[in-house]
Amino acid sequence: MEVPYIVEEREDTGLINSKLGIWIFLASEIMLFGGLFSAYIFLRLAAPPGDFARWASELSVPLATVNTLVLISSSVSMVMAWASLKLNDLSKYKMYMGITLLCSLIFLVIKYFEYTGKFHHDIYPSSSTFMAIYFTLTGLHGIHIIGGMIVMIYFWLPIGYKMWETQPEHFANRVEVLGLYWHFVDLVWIFLFPVLYLL
Amino acid sequence: MSSEHSTESIQEHIRVYLMVFGALGILTVVTVLASYLEISTSEGIFLALIIASVKASLVAGYFMHLITEKNTIIWILILTVVFFFVMLFLPLVSYTDQVHI
Repeated sequence: MEVPYIVEEREDTGLINSKLGIWIFLASEIMLFGGLFSAYIFLRLAAPPGDFARWASELSVPLATVNTLVLISSSVSMVMAWASLKLNDLSKYKMYMGITLLCSLIFLVIKYFEYTGKFHHDIYPSSSTFMAIYFTLTGLHGIHIIGGMIVMIYFWLPIGYKMWETQPEHFANRVEVLGLYWHFVDLVWIFLFPVLYLL
Repeated sequence: MSSEHSTESIQEHIRVYLMVFGALGILTVVTVLASYLEISTSEGIFLALIIASVKASLVAGYFMHLITEKNTIIWILILTVVFFFVMLFLPLVSYTDQVHI
């Protein structure tokens, strides 16, 4: 059975079904991360004065700044990959999708060094309330990065982009939907960075 | 974003993407520099969240094409934001009640 309205837009919504689907999913993601941000606020309100700031000073601002720039770069290369498909340039699409994958890998490697650096100093989620919410938020965000990377690898390999030859519009829509997810992951980090590292 | 795109309009989009990229990079550096300002914690939180909101708006507006998106999606997001604030403020009411503020 074929999913309807994945290339042409539905008259009532004015959208293709996949785009409506991803936005409803992203709305649920806003509530998921929103709930955790809410938890952060109340844990901070209930913590002894200065406790969160003292534990936050254990984190590496330079590494997180680099990671922020890496993730922003990955967002730009993702949207460039989609634009390349719209310009009928598959080779540029592959290049930009490859750059997006590379950036997401760099992000994870830096995160790995951040985590292991903490573990070497005997800092774990159980060490403090701040560290508990820090590992929860960044861990959940990291899982989203890995999820996005799995889909990106599929679209980057011939098994994924072979659809371009027969259904180019459908493939471009798939990449756009992946892009919407990826920009959301970037958007979450834009808030996580100042909230966890700088305040 | 609709499926009808001319080569010129896509190239115009690319120009905008690169400008937004530059703005996001600059705002990231500004966020870090602002954290070294000698201001109160509440002022620091306010400033950091304002900058983060501007960055998020750029990503949502231009990379996610929200500025040209259909009303169906805009309404879904408005509804989500309303529920988010309900989720945020209901516990706050409970918290302030407990500490007799």
